[in-house]
Amino acid sequence: MARRNPSSSNGSPAAAPGVSLGLGTARRLAARLPLHLSLIGLAVIWSIPTIALLVSSFRDPTAIAASGWWNAIREPFDLTVGNYQTVLEKQGMARAFVNSVIITVPSTVSVILVAALAAYAFAWMKFPARNLLFLLMVALLVVPVQMTLIPVLRLYTDLTIDAELPVLGGRIFGTSSYAGMWVAHTAYGLPFAIYLLRNFFGSLPRDLFESAYLDGASDLRVFFRIVLPLSMPAISALAIFQFLWVWNDLLVALILLGDPSLAPMTLKITNLVSSFGTNYQVLTAAAFISMALPLVIFFALQRYFVRGILAGAVKG
Amino acid sequence: MVGRRWWTPWLWLAPALALLGVFLVYPVVDTFRRSFLDERSKGFVGLDNYRFIIDNPQPLVSDTHSALLNNVMWLTLFTVVTVSLGLILAVLTGRVRYEAAAKSAIFIPMAVSFVAASVIWRFMYEFNTDIGTVNATVTSLGGESTAWLQNTGAPHTWLTERGPDTLPRPVQINNLALILVGVWMWTGFAMVILSAGLKGISTEVLEAARVDGANEWHIFRRIILPILSPTIVVVATTLVIQGLKKFDLVWVMTGGRFKTDVVATLFYKEAFRIGDFGVGAALAVVLLLWVLPIMVISIRRFQFQEETR
Repeated sequence: MARRNPSSSNGSPAAAPGVSLGLGTARRLAARLPLHLSLIGLAVIWSIPTIALLVSSFRDPTAIAASGWWNAIREPFDLTVGNYQTVLEKQGMARAFVNSVIITVPSTVSVILVAALAAYAFAWMKFPARNLLFLLMVALLVVPVQMTLIPVLRLYTDLTIDAELPVLGGRIFGTSSYAGMWVAHTAYGLPFAIYLLRNFFGSLPRDLFESAYLDGASDLRVFFRIVLPLSMPAISALAIFQFLWVWNDLLVALILLGDPSLAPMTLKITNLVSSFGTNYQVLTAAAFISMALPLVIFFALQRYFVRGILAGAVKG
Repeated sequence: MVGRRWWTPWLWLAPALALLGVFLVYPVVDTFRRSFLDERSKGFVGLDNYRFIIDNPQPLVSDTHSALLNNVMWLTLFTVVTVSLGLILAVLTGRVRYEAAAKSAIFIPMAVSFVAASVIWRFMYEFNTDIGTVNATVTSLGGESTAWLQNTGAPHTWLTERGPDTLPRPVQINNLALILVGVWMWTGFAMVILSAGLKGISTEVLEAARVDGANEWHIFRRIILPILSPTIVVVATTLVIQGLKKFDLVWVMTGGRFKTDVVATLFYKEAFRIGDFGVGAALAVVLLLWVLPIMVISIRRFQFQEETR
C-alpha cells in the first residue's frame, strides 16, 4: 500500500488541475491557501482545549481563578508544578494511577490472547456453524455495556471470595476485586478484538499454513511461530484500542468496584469533579496525569496503530 | 489440517465463548426477562415498565421522553457531523506535507478519557468570561455569555421561532454543547479510518479523471465517494453505536441534569440510584431495540463481504 500519493506531496496536481502548465509558485500557493487555512484552522481549534488544560495545570490556583489560560503567555515565569504536587500527594491520585495500571495491563493482555485463539479457530479451522457463530459474535458488538451490568453485578455478589488478595489488595474475586475487573474487561473487549483479528488472520497467505501443516507442525506451533509474529501490526492496534478503552473506562469501575482504595484514575477524577466543583487547579492537573500514559503509548505506537487499523477494519 | 480432531476448534474457542456467554449473552436474556418484573425483580408486572417509559409519569425525577429525544439527537447529529468532518479532514490531510502533525492534532482527543474531557470542557464552557474560553470568544465577538451546560433553551433560529411551544425540544443549547464534545473526541477516529480507505484508491484512476478534465468536486463526488462508501458505512455504524450507548460523557459533564439525560444515563439512574430494576431493564431493552436495525445492516453487509471475497 502506497503510504503517500507522490503527486500530492509536491502539491500542485491535487489542488488544481492545470497548474502543472508551469505557473509561478506564488500562484500555486494562492490556489492552495484555502486548503492550508482550513486545515490549520481545524487543527488549531481541535488542539485548543488540550492546550488550555495543559497550560492551566501549570498555573497558580489564584491565577486560574482570576484570568484565562491565555494570559499565562504574558507571564510565563509564574508557572508552577504545585498543582501536580497537591494532586499526587494529598488526593491519593498516585494510588489511583497505580490502580489504573493494575487494572489495564492484564486486561489488555488477556483480551489479545483469548481473542487470538478464537480468531485463529474462526479463520483457519473448519467446524459446523462456524459462520453463524461468528455473525453472532459480531452482533454482540452492539450490546451496550450498561445492559450487562445488573446481571454481572448479581453474579459477582454471589461469587465473591471475601479474602484479601496478597500484594495487590482487594478481594480475590467478585465485587471490589482486581480479578473481577480483569475478567469483565476481557469479556467486554472480546467482540471487537475477535472481529479485528479474524479479519487479519484470514488475510494471511494460505500457502504458509499448508506447507507448515504438511511438515507436521501442530496448530499451537503454527499459531505461536507463524500467526502471532506476522500479525503484530493488527495486534498492536488492538492493544492500543483496548488499553485506551480500559484505561478510560468509568462505568465498569463505578459498578463493580465498591472499595474506593481500588478506584482507577477515571473514578477518582469523577469524584474530584463532584466534590471540588470549580476548583480547577486540582482537576486540570489530575486530568492531565490521567491522559499522560495513553498519550505516551499513542505516540510510541502511532505508526503500527494506523497500519493495524488499515489491515483489519477496512478490509473490504 | 488433516489430523485435527472434531473438538479441537471448540477447545480454541472455549475461553472466548465462556466469557461472552456469561458477560454478554446471559445478561441480554436476563435483562429482557427482568423488564417484565417489578422493581425488585420478584412479581410479574407485564408491560408496566414499558408503559412507564411511554407515559412518562415522573418527568421531574426521570424524564423518559426527554431522554429518548436526546438519544435521537445524539444518534443523528453526532454521527452526521463526525463522519462529515472526518471525511473532509481525511481528504484535506492527504494533500499536505504536514499530514502526520495535522492528524495527530485531530486524533489526540481520542486518547483522552471522558472524565478528562469533561474537565477540559467544563473549563472551556465556564460562564465567567475571564476563565471560560468559549464565552470569552463569544463575548469578544459581540455575543453574550451563556451557561452552555445548563441552558436548556433552543438556539434562536427561524425554526424555534415558528414551532409551536408544545413540541418537545431536544434542540437544547446544552445538548448541542455536549454533542460538540463528543464530536471533538471522535472526529480523529473517523478521520484515521477514512484516510486509510482513501489511500487504497489507486492514484491512476484519479490522475486519469484529471487528465480527462474532471474538476476536484466531480472526482470527489463520482470517484472517491462511491469507492469509499463501504468504509463510510463502517465508520458511521461504529459512531451510531457510540451515539446510542453514550453514557460517560453525559454522566460526568452534567450527570443528566438540565434535561440532558440520554437512555443510558436514565437507565443507570433507575437501576442503581432509584433502585427500580424493572424500569431500568426496560430502558436497556429499548436501547437494544434501537440497535437491532444496525445489527441487521451489519450482518447483511458481512454476508455480502463473505460472498464476494
